[in-house]
Amino acid sequence: MIEMLKGGLILVGAIFMFLAALGLVRLPDLLTRMHATTKAATLGASLIMLAVALHFGEVAVVARALGVILFIMLTAPVAAHVIGRAGYFVGAKLWHGTVKDELRPNYDPLTHELKSGLETEANAVHKPRENDPD
Amino acid sequence: MSTVILSSLVLMSLALCLAFVRLYIGPSLPDRVVALELFSSMIVGIIGVVAIATDVPSLLDVAIVMALMAFMAAIGFARFLERGGPRDD
Repeated sequence: MIEMLKGGLILVGAIFMFLAALGLVRLPDLLTRMHATTKAATLGASLIMLAVALHFGEVAVVARALGVILFIMLTAPVAAHVIGRAGYFVGAKLWHGTVKDELRPNYDPLTHELKSGLETEANAVHKPRENDPD
Repeated sequence: MSTVILSSLVLMSLALCLAFVRLYIGPSLPDRVVALELFSSMIVGIIGVVAIATDVPSLLDVAIVMALMAFMAAIGFARFLERGGPRDD
């Protein structure tokens, strides 16, 4: 029973990783590629680590495997966010079929200010604070 | 069990090859960074499968370090991109 579960977890994890790589090659622009790789690769690595935890079945190993899963789940979204943000700012081209880019009209890439649509005359004025970086 | 391990290793090696294709042709630097990110996740998976195949639980430490390094590398690359260092892509 555990053997079958383990084999299934390993296979499904490997298939998810293969799909992530396929998406990385096939999809048209940076953001869609990231959407393929981040989620699928995280899920694949987590499933394989679950299989490792099932295979060894000792407290120390299970704790480490769960630690790896937790760490991947925590860091993958952060890394994807940071790379996506940097890619957007350095001008990665969006796919020609993109229908909506809400950031483009509302964001000033030079001052990094975002318009919310709720500005009044008073708070639209930029007032630098004492501890602003520059 | 050995066929499962073998086939999953084959699948993940194919995935590594595909990611390498993107690393090679990737039109911009962020694409290549994403490919490197995927490399590290897949290597974590491969290390897990190898740990099962060889019954060596200490390999998990390698996986932990791999995941950590990948995160640091991603953050570093992103900082580099946003600061606008010299690029050749």
